[in-house]
Amino acid sequence: MKRQSRFIVSVLAFGYAFLYIPLVLVVLYSFNDSRIATVWGGFSTRWYGELLRNEQILDAAFLSLRIALTSATIATIFGTMAGIALARFRRFKGRTLFSGMITSPMVMPEVITGLSLLLLFVSLQQLTGWPAQRGFGTITIAHTTFAMAYVAIIVQSRLMSMDESLEEAAMDLGGHPLRVMFDITLPLIAPAMVAGWLLAFTLSLDDLVIASFVSGPGSNTLPMYIFSKVKLGVSPDINALATLIILIVSGGVLLSWLVARRRT
Amino acid sequence: MKDFIRIRGVSKHFGDFAAVDSVDLTIEKGELFSILGGSGCGKTTLLRMLAGFETPTSGTIEIDGVDVTNQPPYERHVNMMFQSYAVFPHMSVENNIAYGLRKERTPGKEIARRVDEMLELVQLGDFRSRKPDQLSGGQRQRVALARALIKQPKVLLLDEPLAALDKKLRERTQFELMNIQDELGVTFVVVTHDQEEAMTLSSRMAVMDNGRFQQVGTPKEIYEFPANRFVAEFIGTINTFKGRVAAVAEDGIKVYSTEAGVTLTALGKQLVEEGQEIEVAVRPEKIFVSKEKPDDDDDVCIEGVVDDLGYLGNRSLYRIRLESGKIVQVSSQNRRRSVTRFLEWEDKVWISWRALSAVVLLD
Amino acid sequence: MWKKVLIAAPYLWLLLFFLAPFAIVLKISLAEPVFGQPPYSQAMSLDNFAFLFSDKLYAVTYLRSVFMAACATLLCLALGFPMAYGIARSSRATRSLLLMLIILPFWISFLLRVYAWMGLMNNYGTINSLLLWVGIVDQPIQLIYTDFAVFVGLVYSYLPFMILPLYASLERMDLDLVEAAQDLGASRSRAFWDVTWPLARPGVIAGCLLVFIPAIGEYVIPYLLGGPESLLIGRVLFDEFFVNRDWPLASAVAIVLLLLLVVPIVLLQRYQARDQESTA
Repeated sequence: MKRQSRFIVSVLAFGYAFLYIPLVLVVLYSFNDSRIATVWGGFSTRWYGELLRNEQILDAAFLSLRIALTSATIATIFGTMAGIALARFRRFKGRTLFSGMITSPMVMPEVITGLSLLLLFVSLQQLTGWPAQRGFGTITIAHTTFAMAYVAIIVQSRLMSMDESLEEAAMDLGGHPLRVMFDITLPLIAPAMVAGWLLAFTLSLDDLVIASFVSGPGSNTLPMYIFSKVKLGVSPDINALATLIILIVSGGVLLSWLVARRRT
Repeated sequence: MKDFIRIRGVSKHFGDFAAVDSVDLTIEKGELFSILGGSGCGKTTLLRMLAGFETPTSGTIEIDGVDVTNQPPYERHVNMMFQSYAVFPHMSVENNIAYGLRKERTPGKEIARRVDEMLELVQLGDFRSRKPDQLSGGQRQRVALARALIKQPKVLLLDEPLAALDKKLRERTQFELMNIQDELGVTFVVVTHDQEEAMTLSSRMAVMDNGRFQQVGTPKEIYEFPANRFVAEFIGTINTFKGRVAAVAEDGIKVYSTEAGVTLTALGKQLVEEGQEIEVAVRPEKIFVSKEKPDDDDDVCIEGVVDDLGYLGNRSLYRIRLESGKIVQVSSQNRRRSVTRFLEWEDKVWISWRALSAVVLLD
Repeated sequence: MWKKVLIAAPYLWLLLFFLAPFAIVLKISLAEPVFGQPPYSQAMSLDNFAFLFSDKLYAVTYLRSVFMAACATLLCLALGFPMAYGIARSSRATRSLLLMLIILPFWISFLLRVYAWMGLMNNYGTINSLLLWVGIVDQPIQLIYTDFAVFVGLVYSYLPFMILPLYASLERMDLDLVEAAQDLGASRSRAFWDVTWPLARPGVIAGCLLVFIPAIGEYVIPYLLGGPESLLIGRVLFDEFFVNRDWPLASAVAIVLLLLLVVPIVLLQRYQARDQESTA
């Protein structure tokens, strides 16, 4: 391997420092006893204690988790179906529209997605009386809609790289197409489905703008709560919350990276 | 039972493109039949229609007296060995082989017995619980073979069965396949682009181009009596001489060729008329090179000079330039060991062949 | 039968929850705001669009959004290209570590990552404390609530979107090509512009679109890091809707924004379709 030029190495160092220094600082400040961020008031874990006693945060976190679990699961089911349809059925009526609708939600600005879904829910309510109130249900639907796009793309690209004759072989050996899907296709795309689920879960936990549009009074997701708090400035208990999230996520990603590396 | 597989007027169109163009073919029970052709000639499409993955645009396919034209693959008693082998990566060798029987709801004991039989047949007994990624290419191929054979299909389809193996393994596998076929008496239909593979494996073969069969026959017939220019050039190398028919005699067609500078005699089943422009073809290994003029009157002798030569170990290749400028390829076995070359560039030589080694080519 | 179900279920979902909403937005953008619930009339007119084009505020905001997004995209490219290049050219073991570190921030809440910069760029934040302590400045400089802060936030948040497609096309590239160019007499920089850059172009295009498109409608970053004067279109839409409760105007703002994005979105989809074909 050729040595990297000094320029490249320094840009890499700068880039990674740029990406990680803010995160490291948040973690450090979360153990700061002082209320003012930059004044070091000694080591303390009191903000974690306050975090756990803050019922608003806990409620919001619980709602967000419920939404994320539900929407990630529905998105994985629909996204997998869509991914299979796109990868395996080359021609069907409306395929262009279908694939356009699959990929568009990923790049659509959140304000537009949020606004359009809210207007849909309001119109639906006028016409049919459903949804009677906005909250868990409407946010879940919104998150499912944009997350299934990601699942579909992941599943589709996994299927594209998979040998199509595996499914043909199973059919050739007497497997009915539906059976073949359960015997061969699904087990082989399971890793892609898991990755898609995790991504959908994370996206749902992450979303602020869309949820702000389609939620009703009284239903605050975790990002909505955090946003309302940080609008007013830096806040120590948010530092503690951020630290928890950073540590959990980094631990998970690091672990799966190590496992993947050992396997190859 | 004669005419075990009967393909009648089968075509397959993809849009405007005719991948297979009204093909007729009968294959007998127990035959090892090859379909040989370049990429895009329609051979794989034809095979996929036999397997049931494609439905013909027109025509019918019968297997063992049953019209299977519109039967889906999972209802046909036909199994296939895929080019990529398509061994299920998430199942052990054993489960791969048992898959087909499980779909038939065969009793467990019976499955176990037949899996054992198959493992023995393909000599994979020690590997039964391994996953495919722990097997070599040759072993994966044998899993694919066992998996297809365990259902005791009426016909086994093999898509480029040896293409993914290296040269040594290919030769060995070739004979293993022939032995297994012989032992089980199953009808094999092989698709391949490799002429050597088709020649050694098959009892009969078809050469395909542009969605049509160019010639069907035994390997020997096809090599020695190619029906047309495409077949002659696709299988092996061949020298052709343009000429005009001088006479149609008992012992062959007399053709005067300005390229050769002499009158040639050629065999041919085709009907030709006097004065017709045709081509006479001779295989390089049928031609001898000598420094002296051979004295056998039956032979065709032409004078030329050595244009180029190459030493290949077991044989040597010569390119001989005739007076007309025509280049003739000659292949000769190196029977004697010698360090010095027998011929040098620009040597004056004579090429000769038995008059009846040549055949007539029409197009 | 099962095939139809496979296609129909996600299809219907998307028709109902993705396509139908746009039709409604279009319809409401033609209505008039009224007091009541819902706050729009059934009338149809182009008044909202006429208003959008007559009031300079909106035109300026759209242009500012495009300008900010374009600048952020170029900054991401300037930083992301050498990074992606360095990652693609490092040894296999380091490469996978470096890539993992690029992807890791994706999984951490976007909002919290933007928030992290608030603590850094505050008047009494880390950067200012450091500058004061070193003695470069003698009073805090204004970092947060400026366009500079918005750029930092945009680059910080969208950098991975730039690096990943760049990496994908650089990694696929054969190193021998550059050496062949140099062997044929190209200088290092000539070889870069003649060989590396054209071959990396699909990645550059994809990366730029992936940053540019979402950055235009960005709401959170300008809200938390930008000043009151850095009004971007996402914020305008949000405020028209929630603060002014002018649903028809907000819808019209959305429609115009969407029209602005049609070309880049179609470009991106074309590129992705081609990329998928070439890898399949």
